[in-house]
Amino acid sequence: MSEHEHTEHIVAPGTYLAIITTLLILTGLTVAAAYVNLGRFNIVVALAIATVKATLVVLFFMHAKYSPKRTKLVIMAGIFWLIILLFMTLSDYASRVDYRGVRYPMTQNISLGSSQRS
Amino acid sequence: MHRTGALYGQFKTLEQQKDTASLGMWIFLVTEVMFFGGIMLAYTINRHTYFHAFAMGSNTLSLKLGGFNTVVLLASSFTMAMAVWSAQVGKKKLIPLFLTLTIVLGFVFFGVKYVEYAQKFHHHLVPGKSFDISYCVNHPNQCEDVDGAELDVEREEIAKALAADPDLNAHAQLYYSAYFGMTGLHALHMVIGAGLLLWLLRNSLSGLYTPEWNTPVDLVGLYWHFVDIVWIYLFPLLYLIDRHK
Repeated sequence: MSEHEHTEHIVAPGTYLAIITTLLILTGLTVAAAYVNLGRFNIVVALAIATVKATLVVLFFMHAKYSPKRTKLVIMAGIFWLIILLFMTLSDYASRVDYRGVRYPMTQNISLGSSQRS
Repeated sequence: MHRTGALYGQFKTLEQQKDTASLGMWIFLVTEVMFFGGIMLAYTINRHTYFHAFAMGSNTLSLKLGGFNTVVLLASSFTMAMAVWSAQVGKKKLIPLFLTLTIVLGFVFFGVKYVEYAQKFHHHLVPGKSFDISYCVNHPNQCEDVDGAELDVEREEIAKALAADPDLNAHAQLYYSAYFGMTGLHALHMVIGAGLLLWLLRNSLSGLYTPEWNTPVDLVGLYWHFVDIVWIYLFPLLYLIDRHK
């Protein structure tokens, strides 16, 4: 290991200003997009914008872009594990048939046992 | 933690020591990702199953207050990043200034959250015996903070949703349970973050953090940005369902 091998990377305030401006614009965009009827794609657009915002925060505010490879590996492993959690569970729910042979989830006619209100 | 930033025996350089501390923080944040990820997954499945009730619940939230809080939280992430930058370049006077700004923005967020929660209590939207998703529609004089035109839309929407889901009121409580659970856990993280920021503020006032050693500022910054990311997802998930009319 040499003495001056890896010096800490300092992100300039100008970069932070550019990032916060982008984040605010994306927030406006996600609100505007919610008022457009895209059917089932409304949620896809909303989550896509949120993911872009989260990526910007992780890369620049949290300095992940300038972190050692070891740290990047931990972040990627975390995201990968999250994808396993989401993908496996949702694919199970999307393809499941319950004991009556009825597909789940069924938006109509689902009733909670104790929902009779007096 | 070494308050002076001296080098521990197991590390070769201060750089390596700091990278290790930051790695540990990231590992903690990954466990937090799994924690909030699981909750959001449960929410997604319920939302898909009881779509009408969840959309109805979401439409009773105040987009103005939620949007304002999103801007406040993003701004606080910016001031936090600037506090870390001040520590890195050794601008000792700026560190407490940016930390104070971050804390103030955090408390603005709490204030707005308080107004929102109080509104939900007044509007009978807290899960329990008196929960009534149609309360404001049926008692407009009790909900003067809700716009009249909005209530007219809501009345139509509730009628439509009831036709599709007769148990609307029960399922809307699921939505509101998720709302209070998720925003409550997020707010709890912010309270912890605000406590850590106050601790940093005290130390920064005595000039503890230098370009050579500012690990606590950096790590609390990571935590604060993570809490911001949670809100980046909560905002569209909770506030923006089926807003188009």
